[in-house]
Amino acid sequence: MIILVPVKRAVDYNVKVRVKSDGTGVDVANVKMSMNPFDEIAVEEAVRLKEKGVATEVIAVSCGVAQCQETLRTAMAIGADRGILVETSAELQPLAVAKLLKALVDKEQPSLIILGKQAIDDDANQTGQMLAALADLPQATFASKVDVAGDKVNVTREVDGGLETLALSLPAVITTDLRLNEPRYVTLPNIMKAKKKPLDIINPDALGVDVAPRLKTLKVAEPPQRSAGVKVPDVAALVEKLKNEAKVI
Amino acid sequence: MSALVIAEHDNTSIKSATLNAVTAAQACGGDVHVLVAGQGAAGAADAAARISGVVKVVHADGQSLKDGLAENVAAQVLAIAGGYSHILFPATAMGKSVAPRVAAKLDVCQISDITKVGGPDIFERPIYAGNAIATVQSGDAVKVITVRTTGFDAAVATGGSAVVETVAAVVDGGKSRFVGRELSKSDRPELTAAKIIVSGGRALGSAEKFQEIITPLADKLGAAIGASRAAVDAGYASNDLQVGQTGKIVAPRLYIAAGISGAIQHMAGMKDSKVIVAINKDPEAPIFSIADYGLEADLFQVVPELINAL
Repeated sequence: MIILVPVKRAVDYNVKVRVKSDGTGVDVANVKMSMNPFDEIAVEEAVRLKEKGVATEVIAVSCGVAQCQETLRTAMAIGADRGILVETSAELQPLAVAKLLKALVDKEQPSLIILGKQAIDDDANQTGQMLAALADLPQATFASKVDVAGDKVNVTREVDGGLETLALSLPAVITTDLRLNEPRYVTLPNIMKAKKKPLDIINPDALGVDVAPRLKTLKVAEPPQRSAGVKVPDVAALVEKLKNEAKVI
Repeated sequence: MSALVIAEHDNTSIKSATLNAVTAAQACGGDVHVLVAGQGAAGAADAAARISGVVKVVHADGQSLKDGLAENVAAQVLAIAGGYSHILFPATAMGKSVAPRVAAKLDVCQISDITKVGGPDIFERPIYAGNAIATVQSGDAVKVITVRTTGFDAAVATGGSAVVETVAAVVDGGKSRFVGRELSKSDRPELTAAKIIVSGGRALGSAEKFQEIITPLADKLGAAIGASRAAVDAGYASNDLQVGQTGKIVAPRLYIAAGISGAIQHMAGMKDSKVIVAINKDPEAPIFSIADYGLEADLFQVVPELINAL
């Protein structure tokens, strides 16, 4: 069984981004980039399935600029067997990425595709579901537990009121939530090993996909800033403020 | 031009997130219709028909829609999508799961988590955990949208008298099956609709302490309970209580954060609250930078004091 894991290169989660003064976007020059945290959880889950003997091969895929190779090497250091980079410097939106992934699903025929539920840059939360629709596959979003049993996968999902379990026929698409697993730390020997693993680079045109963006960003602005209020010395002062000043209790 | 809102419901009633999505749909211009897809959902369809400003309710009822499987709900939306210029979902677990399937099948982009409508094709949405607000324009013929509920007032739930049209439910896709559900039982207000929220963080130290300290304060205030990611990861609180970038986005009148330091991912989920109270031992905790009232103290001492003082 082959597992395909798409990974995105995104601004590191510890970075507090700044909006560019001309309002065209956020400033990502000279900012630390990492693998999107939810994708790291996806890679970890796929590798664990391989270690359990459920999967035979884990393929990591990234779509974007040449530097995404670093993201793929990280995936391979966690344990993915090989990488595919769909290289383009064009702006890629979720629908375009889903179409590129659909083309790769047709080619590689994975039984499972595990993706992060959302990327922490555009916060879109779309790609996995779009891929599932385009490939006509069942989906389980926001997974906190994955159990492969024969030609089915049982997935426990984090939903608004608690947890829900679905059984999907394979092949299927799963998107990860935070509590699915805790990704391992990559070790130096594994980083060295990852450098020798195969990494193919292909062009979006070769997959026959038009990646032109559909959504135009007109402006990016700072959100309204909230300023610090006052420190109160004790509980009595707090209750007085809430009752008489804020009038919320 | 008309807009279709996909209702979030439990077959007998409409969830409040639907009402915020109706307001967003009205802002897009044109008539607003609501789809209620479920099984035995006549109660929810009637409730939808009473929402002020809704012109028509489309009610699809059948076994395939019983458990809200994304594949079937998306197929149901697509079956009636013709003619709508806007298809809006509340940005709930359901909306987020179904909307991208609909958009992909229509070959249009999706606009996620909108907080403002600037015109029929122009929307505002937060990116980077709310650290930037993007204004975007869609060139696609149909706009598929998820609505951040805190961005829009709730439409009035009564006073409307929309017609209810019944349509056939789609056939089950057969590739996914509902197995079970473990919903947290609670008599408290729903987190995303609560007027007051009491949230606890890692400083509570254990699930027992979380219960012992946070619950009585929430009881006293008639509040919903929230938690930081750290508290949920540590098992102090259940996953559906997580407030933040990837959890619930809330904007109550009063948000009390106890023992929460204030990671940007947490603040992304609550910074639009009207009044924020932070209780923390650490004077440098980032949460103080957005709190209206900060109390620098040991929560184990002051939260019980606060309960007594209320």
